[in-house]
Parts: sequence; C-alpha cells; structure tokens
Amino acid sequence: MDAVKSLKQLFGGSLRQFGMLFVLVGLAIFFHLMTGGLVVTPTNLMNLLNGNSYILVLAIGMVMVIVIGHIDLSVGSVAAFVGIVVAIAMRDWGIPWWVAVLLGLVIGAICGAWQGFWVAYVGIPGFIVTLAGYMFFRGANQFVGKSLTVAVPKDFQFLGNGYLPEWGPNTGMNNSTLLLGLVAILALSWAQLRQRAALAKVNAAVPPFGVTIARIVLMAVVVGWLTWMFGTGRPGTSFPVPGLILGLLVILYSFVTQRTVTGRHIYAVGGNRLAAELSGVNTKRTYFLVMLNMSVLSAFAGIMFVGRSTASGPFDGVGWELDAIAAVFIGGAAVSGGVGTVIGSIIGGLVMAVLNNGLQLMSVGSDWTQMIKGLVLLVAVAVDVWQKSQGRPSVSGLLFRGKGAKSVTPTEADLVEESLSKADGAH
Amino acid sequence: MDQPDYILSMEHITKDFPGVRALDGVSLRVRRGEIHAICGENGAGKSTLMKVLSGVHPHGTYGGEIHYDNRLAEFANIRDSEHAGIVIIHQELALIPELSIAENIFLGNEVRGRFGIDWIGARQNARALMERVGLQDDPDAQIKSIGVGKQQLVEIAKAISKDVQLLILDEPTAALNETDSAHLLDLIREFKTHGITCIMISHKLNEIAAIADSITIIRDGHSVETITLAEGERVNEDRIIRGMVGRELTSRYPDRAPNIGEVLFEVKDWTVLHPEISERVVCKGSNFEIRRGEIVGFAGLMGAGRTELARSLFGRSYGTYVQGQIFLHGEEIVPKNVEQAIGVGMAYVTEDRKVLGLNLLDDIRTTVVSAALNKISPRNVVDRNAEFIAAEQYRTDLRIKTPSVNEGVVKLSGGNQQKVVVAKWLFTEPELLILDEPTRGIDVGAKYEMYGIMNALAAQGKAIMMISSELPELLGTCDRIYTVSQGAITGCLNAADATQEDLMRLMTLVPNTTINAA
Repeated sequence: MDAVKSLKQLFGGSLRQFGMLFVLVGLAIFFHLMTGGLVVTPTNLMNLLNGNSYILVLAIGMVMVIVIGHIDLSVGSVAAFVGIVVAIAMRDWGIPWWVAVLLGLVIGAICGAWQGFWVAYVGIPGFIVTLAGYMFFRGANQFVGKSLTVAVPKDFQFLGNGYLPEWGPNTGMNNSTLLLGLVAILALSWAQLRQRAALAKVNAAVPPFGVTIARIVLMAVVVGWLTWMFGTGRPGTSFPVPGLILGLLVILYSFVTQRTVTGRHIYAVGGNRLAAELSGVNTKRTYFLVMLNMSVLSAFAGIMFVGRSTASGPFDGVGWELDAIAAVFIGGAAVSGGVGTVIGSIIGGLVMAVLNNGLQLMSVGSDWTQMIKGLVLLVAVAVDVWQKSQGRPSVSGLLFRGKGAKSVTPTEADLVEESLSKADGAH
Repeated sequence: MDQPDYILSMEHITKDFPGVRALDGVSLRVRRGEIHAICGENGAGKSTLMKVLSGVHPHGTYGGEIHYDNRLAEFANIRDSEHAGIVIIHQELALIPELSIAENIFLGNEVRGRFGIDWIGARQNARALMERVGLQDDPDAQIKSIGVGKQQLVEIAKAISKDVQLLILDEPTAALNETDSAHLLDLIREFKTHGITCIMISHKLNEIAAIADSITIIRDGHSVETITLAEGERVNEDRIIRGMVGRELTSRYPDRAPNIGEVLFEVKDWTVLHPEISERVVCKGSNFEIRRGEIVGFAGLMGAGRTELARSLFGRSYGTYVQGQIFLHGEEIVPKNVEQAIGVGMAYVTEDRKVLGLNLLDDIRTTVVSAALNKISPRNVVDRNAEFIAAEQYRTDLRIKTPSVNEGVVKLSGGNQQKVVVAKWLFTEPELLILDEPTRGIDVGAKYEMYGIMNALAAQGKAIMMISSELPELLGTCDRIYTVSQGAITGCLNAADATQEDLMRLMTLVPNTTINAA
C-alpha cells in the first residue's frame, strides 16, 4: 500500500479522476501499439483536438447542468441554429468575424435564457424543456438556412482549424507552442508553490516538499512532452486554436465551479436542493444561469464547428448532446446530481475521442465502434452505481475534493487498485 | 372471572434499529370487538409497534410473539396481514390523488371481469362501500378534488372492502376539523357494533376519553400499563398524561444562570396557510416574543405546527403567508426569502438534518461556510484559507470530532453532523437562532454538549427559539415554554414552575377555533 499512498500524495487525493486519466493514457498507448504508431503523432493529436474540441466545450457546460440535476438535449440544435445565423450574417451583411462571434454568443444567450426561464421559473424539468428546444432549434436552423449549406469566410475558419503563428528564431519547433508550453509549466509550478504557502499560512497539513517537487517535475514532463508533440508537426502547424480556446474555457470554468460563490451554489443545489434553499441559495437563479450558460457554450461549439467544416449546414450538431452527456458521465458525474467536475468531463470526453480515433485508425467499422463506446459508458456508470450501493454515498465528489492525508479509506484504496488494474488491462 | 376473548395479543415485542432499541418487551392485548387506544409521546414506539403488527417489519426482524385470532401470526409483509384481516390506515394517507374514489378503493384489489377490470362492478361495489362510511360523492370523482376528511373515509372504505377484522388507525383525526372528526368517531363506534375491532393511535386525549374501551400507554419503547374501562366509564385524562410522561428529571442538563435582557424578537398575529391545501390554516394568529439571552421552548405534539411556524418565520420558507408581523429590536422586518432572513440575523437549524440541513456530498469546511459564503468571498471568489480558518475555529469551539475539516460530513456521527449544522448557522452570526429538534437522533453525550452550546449562545446575548418534542428537555433547558396545538399557541409557562403534565394538558388542548384568522 506504500506505493498507493505515495501515488495518492502525488495526485493530491483526486485519484478517481486520475484513474480515468490512467485509462486515457492506457488507451492511447494501446491504440498506438495496435496501429503500428499512428495514434500518438503530432498530426493525429492535432486532429483529435480539432475534431473533438467542440464536444468538449459542450461537456464543460453539460457537467454543470448535470450537477444541478438536469440535462440538456438541445445543445446540438442550438449550436446548429447559431452556426447558420452566424454564417448567413457574415455572407449577407458582410460583418467581420469577431462581430459574428459576438452575435452568435448573444443568440446563444437568448436561447439559453428562454430555456432557463422554463426550467427555473416555471419548473418544467430540463429534460422536457430541452427536448422541446432540440426540436425547435433544429427547425429554426433549417428555417433560417432554408436547409442549405452556407460557407463561411476564410478568416472565420481559424476558430475551428487554425494554428498559432510562426515567429522568432529557429528552435526546431513552433515558437508559439513552445511559449505556450513554458507559460503553462511556470503557471502550474507557481500554483503548486502558492498552494503550499497558503496551507502553511493557516497551519493546515502541508504535503512534504518532496511531493510538491515530484508533482512539479511530473507536470513539467507531461506538458513538455505535449509541447514537443504539438510543436514539431508539419511546418505551419502548432498547438491548434480550438485546443487553445478549449484550454482557456477549461481554466475559466474550473475556476468558476471550484472557487466562486456561484460554483458553490451549483454544487449545493445539485447535492441537496432543499438544504440549499434553506441556506439562502437562490435555487431558481442558479438553475437559470446554468441553463443559460449551457446554451452560450453550445453557441461557442457551433461557431468552432462551422469554422472547422468551413460551412454551416442543416445537419450540424446532430447527436452532439449525447456525446457531451456521455463524456460527463464517464468523467465521474452522478446521475442524481451534485457530483462532477469540469476536468473530469474533459477527460471523459477525451477517453471517448481516443476510442473513436483509435478504432477508426484500426479500421474497425462504425458498428463495432458504437457497440464498444456504449459498453464503455455503461461500465463507467456501473462503477459509480456500484460504489453507491456499497453505502458510499459520494461517488467521486468527495475524493475530488478530499485532500487530507488521513482520509485513506477502503473506498479510495479500492479505487486506486481498480484504476491501476484498469490501466494495466489496457496496456 | 372468565378469560376475555383476545383477538390480538402481542407478547414481549422487541425491535431494534441500528443503535436504538425502539421497542423493548412491549405487550399489547386487544379484546375482540373493542376500541383500543394507544397513547404515548412522539417516538415512544407506537408506530413501530403497528408496523410490526402489520408486517411492515416482517416476522424474524423483531423479538416476541404475535397471536392473532388464537393463532401464532408470522406475517412476512403487508399482504399477509391484510389477508388475515388486519388493515392499517397511516397518518399520511396512501391514496393516489389523480385516481378516482372507486379506483383508489380497489387499488391492488381490482374487481376482475372477463376482460381486465370490471369497471361497472367496481363502481357499484364502491358505491355500496361509500354508503357504509357515509360518503355521498361520485365514485368517479378524483381524490384530489375531495377534502381531507372525505379522503380519510375513502381509506376506511378501502379497508372494509378488504373484509377487515382489525382496523388500525394512526392519528386518524390529526388533519381533520371538528365535524369530520366527530363523523369519523361515530363511524368507528358503528364498526364496533358490526364486530370490527379497532386500534386507534391518537394524541387527542378528549377523543380517546370519548371513544376508547381500553387504553395502552407506551413510553420509551415499553408498555407502561393498560387501562381497561367498564361500560360507560370515562377515563381520567390526567392518568394518561402521567403514564405518558412519567419519568424522572435527572441532571441531564448543564447548569446555567440566565441573563435575560430586552425583547429581541417579537411575532404578532402570524398566520400561514398550508402550501398545497389552501383551506388549511397551519399557523393561527400566533403571538410570541423572545428576549435577549433567553431560551424559549416550543412544545407540541407531532403535526401541531411548530416546524411550520418556525419555517414560515424564516424567510417564508414554508406555506403561504397571510398576515402577521415580525419585529427585531422593536423594528419591523419583512424577510421574504431565506437570503433576507439570514441577512437580518435569523438562523434556522432544521429538524431533518439529512433532508433539509446538509448536503451529504459536501465536506465539513464547505458546509460550515455555506450559509454565509459572501462573508469570505470578496468579489465572488471563495477565500479557501478563510474557509479553512473558520471551519477549524468551529471544530475547536464546538468540539466536532473529526480528523480534519476536509472530511465529508457523511462520515460523521449524528451528533457531530448536528454540530456542523449548528456551526454553519453560527457562521452567519445570527441574533435569533431557531433550533428545531436539535437533539433528535443524537446520543445522550452529544445532547449534553448541545445544551452546553445553547447556554453559551444565550450567554452571548442571542435569542434562542427551541422546538422539541421531548418535554423533559424543554423543562431542563428553557426559560419559558410556549405550547402549540393544532397551529395555535395555547399557552406560555415559566419552565421553572411548569410540569410535564401542565405542558401535556396545554399541548392537547383543542384551541378555540375563533382564534382563527379574522
């Protein structure tokens, strides 16, 4: 158990999340070997990010919706509706790309306010409201676009498949990517040290200095390797723009959900609505904001997708809601609400993406791909449910936040074993 | 003297729940054809006993024997006991509001025709049954369209449709008005003439006195005594009360020297309606006051409306506000939601920790600050250090037993969970602290600590409103005690010279209905 304990310290107790991360890494290595080295290459990683970042953007919003105990089925339709409006606005009115983006986000906010109103203030379950939205906004997309495909200008497309510029001395890498990687390493190290200082200031249990150093080194190695991968692709490529947008959104929403009053309210409402209400939380406003936010992120996803596919069409966004929901549940959210994190959902989404991509590269047909994906989702949630039936009410939420070194319970030990064996099995 | 004919005899029934012995050798003998009342305080074990009898707690999960109709009864579930002719009508009616009267009467017992359910036959049978209980409504009327009194009658019609021998009524008149109650009691008397035996659990001593042939008193999981009355004899209500509360007050309460100041909190003419049933008044023009440094108790039986009163005061978080005023330091305040109530310095520790008090997914530190997050969140960002410091402070002050404030609240014992809830409310720096059953479900040691916390808070000059169903606790900790019965305050006693009997008398008093909101 010593190994487990040191692992735990290294990862700060959030092992369930890291369990899924192990699965992700394991899957990537597995497919890499099976395809004779096609998966972990600069080009494929860029494709992975470009081809999935809009789903991952949706997953960020979806995890918040699921935490408050609702679901949003309308995201694909809202994305498609926003996409067509933006494309037509640029074509017919000739507005610049950034005005189009703003316009899209505003339309997303209006769609979200509409749905949020019914969920929060009329009290209709999100499932129903967004099922209605799913139909309505799909129809609106086809009405506005007359069921036609509308191309978007070149300078808009970088949002979906653009790369960072090349500049400065020849380092053998894309310098923008290099800079990004260095900034990331510095920021992560600084955050670790700052956390230590903060813990020391309030006399809380500070992890041994060695553990902090080990963490920083580990992060630096991972980020450094990613930098190298993305920086040494074909000339003219770099860490992709959609990936950068995604990264910024993940940082923003992780902060909002974990550190702000609004975030606390989201978890409080999802964990126990009645208790939250009796603690002075405005539950209706929370519902409203979360639903509103989901549609804004749907708009974002729609814009990114239109950029990537260079045009907006009547069948954009079909089935996205289900991919986003699957990502969230694989990422450890609970169906009953109150549990789930942005990071977890991103990892869940990446697991699905790598599965898709790997199976495709292995020339596995979409029949098998879908069956395998279905089973993965089922198993991930079954683990959750099984955890609960063992009388452990918190599936993973507690583990995400639990940072006390003393809180090694059988639950966590089990999880470590389980995730390790999972990772092993994947090798 | 010949041996009476017992339809039911439950001998030395013992039932354990994790950590608690709910019934400890309870015996109950019911003669055939009588009306047998069961009395006892809340939590004495009456409902558990009836659940044992009806098979909700199946044979094998309790100790002792049940003899029914001269045979050993080993019911595995409710169907078994219903098959034997035992039907229980719970306090919370088990009707489906969207279905019709006839559908409800035959639910689970449908009249079968050649093709599925014979609705014509069902309707006819329903009409006949409804006639027996004095219901003149259309059998197709939806349950939700008829009043509570009539719903109770539908339950009884459902019971007699099952060929009932022994009818058990749990607080049948708790939700009924005078007329409906009287009608129901008449009906029970009439059943008696048809040979149906009836067990009735009730808090209303006047009703018991009017109707019962025998009375069994249960206290703290023991059967205290059974009073058998001769024909026409009327029971002495004081005797029942003494039996229900008759335990000695020991030094289970920490000493305190009250230092009572000026009036801090005052409520005038507070009237509130039930949130769903708008004709039901749950708070009937309540007036009371609490002074600085004073602990004021609210005594009442279950369903008397104490929690409803507290929650409606706390930002109108229960029911529909009709009228009434709240004064804090002599100035009127109008908290229309919980946020505002917290803002003006009110705090409410709920009676139902797990359902209303805690997010069981949360850890201690986040729970402690959750009702006043803005205090530690400049520009909407939670200061995790301030949170940790606050949680640690309360961990020390309230002696919350946990290795770390990062632990999940779900891992704590009931007493420590309660302390976390109290800490959460103390963090809001309230002036008025409402404690609703603060010692429910926690052990004796934790109770003592909770009383100590209350005393300390009172000494700091806070006003404390304490709702409790344990009379000794109220007498042991409070300065004054208001009694509540059927939504109205029926009296106010100084704890120093009140007795449990005095309280019980006021708690069971039927309030003058003219107190009703004008």
